[in-house]
Amino acid sequence: MNLHRVTSWIAFALAAVYFLLPLVATLEFSLRARRGVYSLDAYRNVLSDPQFHQTLGYSLILSLATVVLGVLIVAPTAFWVRLKLPRLRPVVEFITLLPLVIPPIVIVFGYIRLFNTSSVLPLTGSAGGTDFLLAAGYATLSLPYMYRAIDTGLRAIDIRSLTEAAQSLGAGWTLILARVILPNITVAILSGAFLTFAIVIGEYVLAALLNRPAFGPYMVWMGGNRAYEPAALAVVAFGLTWAAMAVVQTLAGRAKHLNTSR
Amino acid sequence: MTFITLQSLEKSFGATPVVRTFDLTLEKGEFVSLLGPSGCGKTTVLRMVAGFETPDQGDIVIAGESVLKKRPNQRRIGMVFQSYALFPNLTVAGNVAFGLRVAGMDRAGISRRVDDMLAMVGLSGLHGRFPWQLSGGQQQRVALARAIAPRPQVLLLDEPLSALDAKIRVSLRTEIRAIQRELGITTLFVTHDQEEALSMSDRIVVMNGGRAEQIGTPQQVYDRPATRFVAGFIGTLNLIEGQVSRQAGTASILSAAGDLPLPSDSAATGKVTVAIRPQAMSPCAPDQGNLRGTLRQIEFLGAFTRLHVTCAETTVQADCFARDLPPGLSLNQTIGLRVAAEDCVVMSG
Repeated sequence: MNLHRVTSWIAFALAAVYFLLPLVATLEFSLRARRGVYSLDAYRNVLSDPQFHQTLGYSLILSLATVVLGVLIVAPTAFWVRLKLPRLRPVVEFITLLPLVIPPIVIVFGYIRLFNTSSVLPLTGSAGGTDFLLAAGYATLSLPYMYRAIDTGLRAIDIRSLTEAAQSLGAGWTLILARVILPNITVAILSGAFLTFAIVIGEYVLAALLNRPAFGPYMVWMGGNRAYEPAALAVVAFGLTWAAMAVVQTLAGRAKHLNTSR
Repeated sequence: MTFITLQSLEKSFGATPVVRTFDLTLEKGEFVSLLGPSGCGKTTVLRMVAGFETPDQGDIVIAGESVLKKRPNQRRIGMVFQSYALFPNLTVAGNVAFGLRVAGMDRAGISRRVDDMLAMVGLSGLHGRFPWQLSGGQQQRVALARAIAPRPQVLLLDEPLSALDAKIRVSLRTEIRAIQRELGITTLFVTHDQEEALSMSDRIVVMNGGRAEQIGTPQQVYDRPATRFVAGFIGTLNLIEGQVSRQAGTASILSAAGDLPLPSDSAATGKVTVAIRPQAMSPCAPDQGNLRGTLRQIEFLGAFTRLHVTCAETTVQADCFARDLPPGLSLNQTIGLRVAAEDCVVMSG
């Protein structure tokens, strides 16, 4: 084994320890709810808590709504920019990056000011309206990831020729998007969707300030009131996120396999 | 009867004019090729007909109706692309059925038409394959079937054979032409390959710098090039500069390489350029030829032999069958080259 290889392995091991050690510590702590022995008591408590189911269910529904909203906004935009306005791509990319530099608290206060009960569009006056605001906020937060995922998917196919072929066969824009473009960037959309899911599951600021029963505020509440359960909750949330990532990897791997078979 | 009229089309991209005052008419069922080098504007003309580009000026009339205000999906034009542009998520049958579904045809009708189209392009039984499971030639056949399935009034072919290997290119061009004849569909074909254009077309439009340099049958374009560009672009040509001389009822072209006969129908005067195909020159004894020069190279090209002869300062090429070569021909020997008046194409300047 040469020196370069040894150095690489040491660097890899250090990075793995840096990343895994806190996880192992959290996992280990989550198993110590019963004095003197390892047990799954903390997990049992978490999983039997009705609030856990309620908040997780709420966040799952919200994440689905966010994905739909995100795809509806991003896919046609990225498609149109690539096809007709390639010069605007840097501008659009910059706009999609803004949620990374503008704190969520600014966004949520903006929403509350614009859509409070004394405004023209009093969305915060009803649960449904506030849920819509929350989904819109989540869609904004996930914009950098959703846009990049879909844009990368569009780059992988010849959208100009496919669009023109569909047009010459009589298809209009809606049909082209629904039947030609979206089915060919499914993996990219799924990739963006799972990243969105990961963001929505752990998001706290928007949900707390809009006073909605989401999973993020529940985790924070749990962290402030229990000892071992927050660690169990963190492991569960981490597992959910990684499961989503594994699905993305599997789908991407299949798509890559199909591409190399071509 | 004129079916398509392209009237004074002009198109610029930014400050660069790409198509300039382009006029063309196509008869119903005619196969016309736009031939020219890269950047000559041929694809832009095709894309304007398809509706993917809007002309800055001029009009496009199909079946007596201007289509300029119609969107590409309303023009009933089938198009085949160089890159095939098959929908990767759909099977062969799904691709061919796409336009039929858009048109609202019923299931039984779609199934019948898909079967017919795939049989026509020789791909029966491949309904369930995906594009990536097909060869390039098969993909282009599917693209052709897809384009003609909705029975468009015009078929546009944008360099459909360029991405294929030589053997498939030759067989597919014969098939495309046969299918086009069978359906009687008016077709505009873009290519930079002169052999394709010459072998497939009813008429050829040779384009250069956004303009049509010559429009004619393959025979006319090949035998009677109208301009120096056409002469240089299509096939191999010898260009000899000379001066028309008319004395005592006889007319000829005097050049440094020798005297050439002036075609009887030519009214050319002054300085001219004469274009002569290599196969129109035959070697002979030095005192019997129109041109006289030194044999520099003998090239055996299989079906024929090409002689490179330096006449004054010009090197000309003469193609002849092996059996027509004078016996005992050797390099650096002085030989004559005979040319008939009707094989001399006279261009002014």
